[in-house]
Amino acid sequence: MKPRTLLEKIWDQHLVTPETADTPAVLYIDLHLIHEVTTPQAFDVLRANGLKVRRPERTLGTLDHSTPTRTEQIFGNAPITIESAANQIRVLERNSVEFGVELFGLQSDRRGIVHVIGPELGATQPGSTIVCGDSHTSTHGAFGALAFGIGTTEVGHVLATQCLLQRRPRSLAVEVSGRLHPAVTAKDLILAIIGRIGVAGGTGHVIEYRGETIRALSMDERMTVCNMSIEAGARAGMVAPDETTFSYLEGRPRAPHGAQWDRAVERWQELPSDPGAQFDREVTIDASTLEPMITYGTNPGMVIPISSAIPAVQNDAMHARALDYMGFSPGEPIRGKPVNVVFVGSCTNSRLSDLRQAAQVLKGRRIARGVRMLVVPGSQQVKRDAESEGLDRVFIDAGAEWRESGCSMCIGMNGDTVSSGEYSVSTSNRNFEGRQGKGARTLLASPATAAATAVRGKITDPRELLP
Amino acid sequence: MSAATRQPIRRIRSRTVVMPAANIDTDQIIPARFLTTTTREGLGARLFNDWRYQADGTPRSDFVLNQPQARDCQILVAGRNFGCGSSREHAPWALLDYGIRAVISTGIADIFRSNSLKNGLLPIVLDEATSGWLLDHPGVELDIDLENTTLTLPDGRTQRFPLEAFARYCLVNGIDELGYLLSQQQRIAEYERTRA
Repeated sequence: MKPRTLLEKIWDQHLVTPETADTPAVLYIDLHLIHEVTTPQAFDVLRANGLKVRRPERTLGTLDHSTPTRTEQIFGNAPITIESAANQIRVLERNSVEFGVELFGLQSDRRGIVHVIGPELGATQPGSTIVCGDSHTSTHGAFGALAFGIGTTEVGHVLATQCLLQRRPRSLAVEVSGRLHPAVTAKDLILAIIGRIGVAGGTGHVIEYRGETIRALSMDERMTVCNMSIEAGARAGMVAPDETTFSYLEGRPRAPHGAQWDRAVERWQELPSDPGAQFDREVTIDASTLEPMITYGTNPGMVIPISSAIPAVQNDAMHARALDYMGFSPGEPIRGKPVNVVFVGSCTNSRLSDLRQAAQVLKGRRIARGVRMLVVPGSQQVKRDAESEGLDRVFIDAGAEWRESGCSMCIGMNGDTVSSGEYSVSTSNRNFEGRQGKGARTLLASPATAAATAVRGKITDPRELLP
Repeated sequence: MSAATRQPIRRIRSRTVVMPAANIDTDQIIPARFLTTTTREGLGARLFNDWRYQADGTPRSDFVLNQPQARDCQILVAGRNFGCGSSREHAPWALLDYGIRAVISTGIADIFRSNSLKNGLLPIVLDEATSGWLLDHPGVELDIDLENTTLTLPDGRTQRFPLEAFARYCLVNGIDELGYLLSQQQRIAEYERTRA
């Protein structure tokens, strides 16, 4: 048999109807994650057509995007101030009851960011197809799943039929070798990859991250890498499952148990790309020379090592416009630039290891006067885990705000926003104009860089503060 | 295949409006704070909100959609990698609600492209030369023929553009893809049985 890639194996296993020249494939979806922002119109379509959710047990809902992160709004009596956001939450609550879909409601101890809870519960599994009305669904590819973001019309398709019409994407192998330096994180690696292949470099492709550096990453780190595949234009990113994957999943509530677990692992071991499998494109990256990375512009491809100066690009109106928006000039060092806000959170960097990374820098220190720092755990489980090891005290003692889980300041839909003109160092995934609030200026970086920057009140290389 | 459920689209004839910026992301097309809606109507008012309006809500005269020549244009010509970023279908909904029916670029982001086709917004990818010419000549009249997947420039030159056969079939015949998927239910059930 012809050697196949991980992507091809998963694709082939999920074909209800293969593609032809005239028709796309009908692809079966194993897990459909839903949230409050991209589903109301899809449920309306079902209702209008008298349709049911075909596989409620393959559908899992959470509240994260427009959901508050203030404890008193989740567990107390404080109202949700944005009425349209409150309505969106009520609509998903109603829809989940009407259509029989499981929803982790506002006060559920399993609620969290959709891309944090899937893996945490063990619902995200190797070899599966996973979709969600959210472009960062690529996160789940870290487990060797084919996971990608869809629009609301497609959310309706999956609710009604558990299937999608798809053409098989092309494959892009990103081969990473060399050891990451201490304080150079998975976030720095993926930012460097995006800088290298560009924000449209992965368009039409699924990225498979390969090589010794990737194999050495933890599951949390692999999720950070796969999460930002979309920032390179790729709808999905994936890492072949291995012992790291299996030991992460074993014993999680929705992972297989007992004899089923053994059979599942046997199946999953067949998934990695065969030797000699052909990729449509290949890129190689040497991780050993990487520094902490930080963005300086208005898309994630505008990224530099933290010791570098803001680049000068001749005759590029977009570059000039981006620097104008950011208030930066070519040739200035990025280090030392003052900041107003630091955000640690989002589906990119809100898992326990990310919070530990930030806490390691903050422990015994205080954030600089005038800086506002928000730490938002990815899920209620992450929150409990962090609190059980005292990370919340480290953040609070440093002067940061410690919140309930949600997307928060990554997208600013719930009122957690950065003010116009303010600089924010954020562990999230997008530095687009206005992403964190109208006029906000976002610099993307790792949790370590974000924490170091909070301490000094200006862009700081975390290696200056780490032992 | 299933019956027609939406307006067929066979031809689009319009002047172009040009936004030469590359990498126009869906956060610019419609900022996230307008996504707390539960319907798909009325989003055209928020299209490019933060580029289009001043802080006090008055239109910015230097923004292309606020200029008189942009009025009634149904074809948007944009720089490369249009529609990147978030998967929000509110982006094509906002463009359509405003009156844009086709977007032309040298590159269109995957999820935006897929969302557009499902709503009858036509994403057209052209080569650098033609796209560059269109970026340099705002306001030209184009004739887009979906049945033949051709685009005719004002000088009469006609050029083909790529469009997946099934997507073209659905657009031209007003087919809703959900209907097609529902027609596959027997196969889906069979697949579920064999895998269980």
